Amino acid sequence: MHVSRRIVLHFPPNITGQPVVYRLVKDFGLTFNILKASVSPGEEGLLVMDLSGEQNSYDKGIKYLTEVGVEIQSLSKDVVRDESRCTHCGVCITICPTEAFSLESETRQVLFDHNKCVVCGLCVKACPPRAMILHF
Amino acid sequence: MAKTIAEINEKIRKGKAVVLTAEEVINIAKGKGVSRAAEEVDVVTTGTFSPMCGSGVFLNIGHSRPRIKLGGGKVCLNDVPVYTGIAAVDIFLGATAIPDDDPRNKFYPGEFNYGGGHVIEELVAGKDIRLTATAYGTDCYPRKKLETLINIKDINEATLFNIRNAYQNYNVGVNLSDKVIYTYMGVLKPNLGNAHYATAGQLSPLFNDPYYKTIGVGTKIFLGGGVGYVAWHGTQHNPTALRGDNGVPRRGAGTLAVIGDLKQMKPQWLIGTSMLGYGCTLTVGIGVPIPILSEEILRYTMVTDADILAPIVDYSEAYSQMKPDILGEVSYAELKSGHIKIQGKDVLTGSLSSYPKAKEIAGILKKWIEKGEFLLTEPVASLPGAESGITFKPLKERPIVEWEQNARLQKNSTSLPA
Ligand code: SF4
Ligand code: SF4
Repeated sequence: MHVSRRIVLHFPPNITGQPVVYRLVKDFGLTFNILKASVSPGEEGLLVMDLSGEQNSYDKGIKYLTEVGVEIQSLSKDVVRDESRCTHCGVCITICPTEAFSLESETRQVLFDHNKCVVCGLCVKACPPRAMILHF
Repeated sequence: MAKTIAEINEKIRKGKAVVLTAEEVINIAKGKGVSRAAEEVDVVTTGTFSPMCGSGVFLNIGHSRPRIKLGGGKVCLNDVPVYTGIAAVDIFLGATAIPDDDPRNKFYPGEFNYGGGHVIEELVAGKDIRLTATAYGTDCYPRKKLETLINIKDINEATLFNIRNAYQNYNVGVNLSDKVIYTYMGVLKPNLGNAHYATAGQLSPLFNDPYYKTIGVGTKIFLGGGVGYVAWHGTQHNPTALRGDNGVPRRGAGTLAVIGDLKQMKPQWLIGTSMLGYGCTLTVGIGVPIPILSEEILRYTMVTDADILAPIVDYSEAYSQMKPDILGEVSYAELKSGHIKIQGKDVLTGSLSSYPKAKEIAGILKKWIEKGEFLLTEPVASLPGAESGITFKPLKERPIVEWEQNARLQKNSTSLPA
């Protein structure tokens, strides 16, 4: 079975120099799409990515990550918008740190680009009708 | 040529009325010229969809067997306390009420996930609501406890009565301090990190009739997806607020009190709302039709976002401490561009009101009128205008000792022998 999940990886300073992600591809045959990265050698690092592959290899890859000391947060956590509750007010636009929301100038609808979302959760509580929902 | 509401209604009945939204009228009237447009256009529809705390519902739940007197007792709907200080089985559910066990801002910022506004939304949606009540018991109302489900379709009346809605203009909220603040204007980021505004601008009802020349007591409106009426001027109605040359207020000014039968309203136009760190409220949809009785009235409806100015207010200090200072004014056109300049800084803007929903409301009202389903009403009384001298006063605090002294003086004077 093929799986694809969005994950947040926290790297302790001692392994930020290692080719961890490269090994995910090479040794486990996984594919990834990095959504946000702030990793510099010798410092604590953060990586948000979509990781996909066969369930079997995926599990092995995750196991490898934990073994080398990477902390995996909110595995498969995801923020989605309940379209029926969104009023298109636009208050989330100024809240989101990754500019996942934008205003369509013609209709003034508020667009949500799921791919830009790093699941920080800020909009979930700031959205007045609570249209942004955190899935675990 | 001046028209009357009766003449316009005649055209509506025949399905011949020319109706435009407050957005459409701008370009059409510019194209045709004001005098031709005033003759051709009969009604301009407006709309707004925004959190409005001055909202609530009166409910008459019917008498239980044996009877219970809820008046003076304690009643909750889905754990949200309601006001009982009225007749035996009448209660009032306010939009900002929250359950007693809600932690409020104890864990700052409080989430305020469920309150009166949410109960109203669920009531309108036809969901069963849990009513729990205790009463003191009387000879004619002996029962002391009641726990039951209620449903909007079974209870006698459910009357939405919003004592203050549809504010004519509003502040743009910003934060000059160095920490995040949680306000009814949303989450305001430190050091001018964002700016939030809150009206639909050119589509908003009172911006299109700035001197309340057509909107008055008894005006029939779109309210929460159904039909309602303007009941009175809203609380804090401030017609003497600073105005521009075009008559449009440059500060928070007029407000409306509105009323309507909740049973015919729709949950998508009455949405339970949570303001992080602030509280619960209700987002209300309102649309007001403006009869084009003259060129003057038409000219008011041609107002554009560029003509409407709003004051920028610091909510970390000026607002909370009741200081009159503002950081300048911006037009709604600038606000809607997504960025404004404040003290030389480029600041991202966000809105609490929904412009697309306001437009949808104006469009629905337009359809109702075009199809002949919605006739206009003649106001039975005017709203207080700029000439009334009514202003929005702050509270004048007076020490309670004064009252005690007065009471003592009175007692002394009455006990003196004649
Ligand atoms: S704050 Fe919520 S309701 Fe408003 S536009 Fe964003 S997601 Fe939609
Ligand atoms: S959770 Fe919300 S605020 Fe955070 S990145 Fe995703 S969309 Fe933006």
